[in-house]
Amino acid sequence: MSDSHRIVEFIPRLRRYARALVGDRARADDLVQDTLERAWNKFHLWRPGSDLRAWLFTVMHNVHVNQVRASRDHAMLDDDGAEMAVAAVQGAGLELRDLERALALIPAEQREVLLLVALEDLSYAEVAHALGIPIGTVMSRLSRAREKLRILMHGVVANPKLQVVK
Amino acid sequence: MTGAAIAPVTEAELLAYVDGQLPQVRHADVEAWLAARPEEAERIAAYHRQDDALRALFDPVLDEAVPGRLRRVVKRRAKWRTFAMAAGFVGLGLAVGMVVGWQLHAQRVPMAGTGPAIARNAAVAHATYSPEVRHPVEVGADQEAHLTAWLSKRLGTTLRAPKLEANGFSLVGGRLLPGEAKPAGGPSPVAQFMYQTKGGRRLTLYIRTEATNTQTAFRYATEGSVGVFYWIDRNVGYALSSADLNREELLAVANSVYKQLNP
Repeated sequence: MSDSHRIVEFIPRLRRYARALVGDRARADDLVQDTLERAWNKFHLWRPGSDLRAWLFTVMHNVHVNQVRASRDHAMLDDDGAEMAVAAVQGAGLELRDLERALALIPAEQREVLLLVALEDLSYAEVAHALGIPIGTVMSRLSRAREKLRILMHGVVANPKLQVVK
Repeated sequence: MTGAAIAPVTEAELLAYVDGQLPQVRHADVEAWLAARPEEAERIAAYHRQDDALRALFDPVLDEAVPGRLRRVVKRRAKWRTFAMAAGFVGLGLAVGMVVGWQLHAQRVPMAGTGPAIARNAAVAHATYSPEVRHPVEVGADQEAHLTAWLSKRLGTTLRAPKLEANGFSLVGGRLLPGEAKPAGGPSPVAQFMYQTKGGRRLTLYIRTEATNTQTAFRYATEGSVGVFYWIDRNVGYALSSADLNREELLAVANSVYKQLNP
């Protein structure tokens, strides 16, 4: 069977991940479409026998990073920016219980790791491979993502390191 | 932090515990460590709830119809056009084309697989229909009695759709497929039942009648990315295919199918 044909099988999962990653439905499907285009173009780079799903997440990661860079939306990839956003939300006395909004406030690089682990059930090693980062970085991003999401969902600052008072 | 635990537990281990990636030997240590620290236990419980909430929020995307523009990306580029997309269209002309295409494919396209015809054809049928979001089956599980009666009649043998809930799979439905040409007489049709998990992992059970009354052991073959367990029992051949399960998982389901069909 054609391996490239298998990409079709993963479209629903790519869409789920993209939706969680970028939030908006139309933008998520744009990301999936760009990912599929790139995957077909770059299919010769995929090593037969390796995990096609993980490779597709790598492709989507690269496409996404390029798009975020192109839009100069550095705040979304910038850790400090998001922590300030957390502080600002808390400072405004808002209760943030909406998971989608909370997710959007987590830096994209941390959100990616959380979603690949929590939604896609990738192992830490698979995430490290898919994103091209050391496993220690996977762990630190995951740890920060989980803690930020917890704080955002409950409005409780348990870890003083995350408190930004300026 | 207060500390009565003997073995220190790291943050990485706590995360691995949440994500089901902690080696079994450390479970007891982590649980004891958490039991002594209610605040940390609550934090870890909150992380578990995050996973449930994320799945509840985003899993429904798996069941949405894939937008046409995404299908078209693949369609435009698929080398294996005949089949891949045929199932996406409904219409007699296309259905006929698909039947022809399916047989041509089975005969002409070399596959780098390991199995005999039943495994190969089951894998092709699996790869064709399991990606379908809107039309994975002809008759849905809501009409199971009709489905099994219809397929039984067409195959000329009494069929049942095994219950695979214990394995985490529920019946999606089934369809009739063109059969393989046999030395004597024309091809007899084949039945395909499709199952899926809540998370969208799918498997298909391919059932055909056999010319001879034999019995074989389970055999395993891979056809591309699709793993297939197949066996013959009396006059019926079975092939269980999935690209989403590893060999052990698929074997567990195959055992379950076999037991139910041979009570």
